[in-house]
Amino acid sequence: MSDRIDSDAGRDGAALGSGRNLPPLRLHVPEPKFRPGDTADFSDFDIPPAGAQARPDEVAQPGEMRELAYGLVRVLDENGAAVGPWDPKLPAETLLKMLRAMALTRAFDGRMFRAQRQGKTSFYMKSTGEEAVSIGAALALASDDMCFPSYRQQGILIARGWPIIDMMNQIYSNKGDRLKGRQLPIMYSAREAGFFSISGNLTTQYPQAVGWAMASAARGDTRIAATWCGEGSTAEGDFHSACTFASVYRAPVIMNVVNNQWAISSFSGFAGAEATTFAARAIGYGIAGLRVDGNDALAVYAATRWAADRARANAGPTLIEHFTYRVEGHSTSDDPSAYRSADEASHWPLGDPIARLKKHCIGLGIWDEERHAAMDKELAEMVRDAAREAEKNGILGHGLHHPMESMFEDVFEEMPWHLKEQQQKMLDEWKAAGL
Amino acid sequence: MNMIQAINSALDVMMGRDPDVVVMGEDVGYFGGVFRATAGLQQKYGNHRVFDTPITECGIIGVAVGMGAYGLRPVPEIQFADYIYPALDQLVSEAARLRYRSAGEFISPMTVRSPFGGGIFGGQTHSQSPEGIFTHVSGVKTVIPSTPYDAKGLLIAAIEDNDPTIFFEPKRIYNGPFDGHYDTPAKSWAGHEQAQVPTGYYRVPLGEARVTRAGEALTVLCYGTMVHVVENTVAEMGVDAEILDLRTLVPLDIEAIEQSVRKTGRCLIVHEATRTSGFGAELMAQVQERCFYHLEAPIERVTGFDTPYPHSLEWAYFPGPVRIREAINKILKD
Repeated sequence: MSDRIDSDAGRDGAALGSGRNLPPLRLHVPEPKFRPGDTADFSDFDIPPAGAQARPDEVAQPGEMRELAYGLVRVLDENGAAVGPWDPKLPAETLLKMLRAMALTRAFDGRMFRAQRQGKTSFYMKSTGEEAVSIGAALALASDDMCFPSYRQQGILIARGWPIIDMMNQIYSNKGDRLKGRQLPIMYSAREAGFFSISGNLTTQYPQAVGWAMASAARGDTRIAATWCGEGSTAEGDFHSACTFASVYRAPVIMNVVNNQWAISSFSGFAGAEATTFAARAIGYGIAGLRVDGNDALAVYAATRWAADRARANAGPTLIEHFTYRVEGHSTSDDPSAYRSADEASHWPLGDPIARLKKHCIGLGIWDEERHAAMDKELAEMVRDAAREAEKNGILGHGLHHPMESMFEDVFEEMPWHLKEQQQKMLDEWKAAGL
Repeated sequence: MNMIQAINSALDVMMGRDPDVVVMGEDVGYFGGVFRATAGLQQKYGNHRVFDTPITECGIIGVAVGMGAYGLRPVPEIQFADYIYPALDQLVSEAARLRYRSAGEFISPMTVRSPFGGGIFGGQTHSQSPEGIFTHVSGVKTVIPSTPYDAKGLLIAAIEDNDPTIFFEPKRIYNGPFDGHYDTPAKSWAGHEQAQVPTGYYRVPLGEARVTRAGEALTVLCYGTMVHVVENTVAEMGVDAEILDLRTLVPLDIEAIEQSVRKTGRCLIVHEATRTSGFGAELMAQVQERCFYHLEAPIERVTGFDTPYPHSLEWAYFPGPVRIREAINKILKD
């Protein structure tokens, strides 16, 4: 029998069949709407108006709020006004802190992307267009809540005030890198900031966050956990294991799915987006599911605060789908123009998260274009100065790294004989070679 | 105590000593485990410290990583080693490398208990010996007891250890030692000197082999169920073999191995796991590197075959007395 799969399989379907008078089966392989050269058109997107979603009580039963998994929680309307029951009514100070953290994240991304292009490091991943997802959430959580992020939530560290020079040292894998140059750039770890070590293996952090949350609950602690993964990674088994555990033990955890439409070159249809929403995954597990405008920092903040309050009230986990768009490539190793329409980002109907929050702040009279321009300039200089400072500790491949023998440290708490032996042999070989 | 009671006692002692120790896994709570290793613990320590889990090994180990990061000391059970594969990513990519990748910011002090090995007509899904997969991974320790006394002492040491440890329990000898003859009546641990298990706290340190029989003619390296099969075969043959129960594969007691092989000049390795890339290959390499000029004969291996574990042909697969005897004769003839 032929194992060929082609789109007109019906043609030889009759030949493959056993002569029965039945229609041939067809395999469905999802295709994104737009490919390179196409004009992106999102006019058929069903985007509910801001403020249209009801806001249930934080401890309501998941069965009472199923529609929230299919809708879109939005606060900022087209005019930049905050409307509806999800408006978190934040003080000016918090709004400007949020705006600044988002702008700093974007400036940081720009600088580090260029550093990679200049050969100063091997790899970088921007979060352009997704700043609200991490920063809106980080500001809604308590500072000691534990985050189990994926690789595009650098905004959490920035929102929590972590020194950007420390992040840069990690990106350059230099002698100032606390992680001793062992991790791919951007795979941060910052225990003090409640930021769990990033893995790179997709969605492994999900059950870990649930386990952390379970431990916190078992201990009668008050801290909760939050975790993030991409929509593509929801296909991983760990995602479903984590949802089962979270549901079974009503773990105080917030599970965020960042639906940025693209998993490298695979559109969200390959993770199931043609069939349902990602927030709707929650329904089968009997946990609360919210679908949120991920480019609306106030909606992200409000949804996260709702989920955090819910967790702290022992009412269980929440799954939040952040509907957003990955404006740039997956990483510096990726060229999105090879697989998607070049103008998708500019046509994205939910706009730019920074521009939207800026408009809101200007509308409130607490901000203006001049101050914004001045802030951008200040942040660019701050990032530039930090990068120069970090580069004094070395850049990747230029010798200013941790000593070679450190490679063997931290594999175990105490170095066993076989690692000591390998370490000594390596040093002897280099010495013998006169290096 | 038999081995199950010794393991239960180790868990009990550690839960009593350290409030951070939690026991989790399929059927371990109210029911006390399918092999009864966790019997009575939930009743004694409550369901916040001993609890049943959903049937997802990946989830069990992933959750244990998170609990360890929080500051607990989880002791997850994987019901059979054959079912540890869904958890491999969490063990290999996460638990084993967390200390390294975070430069010590986060650790994963878990001890994964799992019954392994054959000889019980468990077929291909309840008989495997996957220890070689874990010894190949940087950052996990692999421990395999062969007696009740060691099971308790090693498990206590493993739980206290701050590195992730895989603790494989040879289920064929849970209730008594096994001489390798499948047609003899099952033995009990009663009366065995290694079944004299103190009820309180004691440790058998990780990384130390045990000489179960001193001898001059050859060195036999083995662990788990095979220790008893080898002991019995050597007694039946009347050869003066030195038998080393390795007890811990990573870290390995290389000094004990070196010392013994240098003395005897001959070496046999016995394990139930499949042959190619099995831990025996590493042992052979180490012995060859360190003891080459002391060897009087090629090093031999008696292992499981490179096939899945067959159900009806279990006793042909099992490295039993017939195959061990042949190997010893060959080594002594050279």
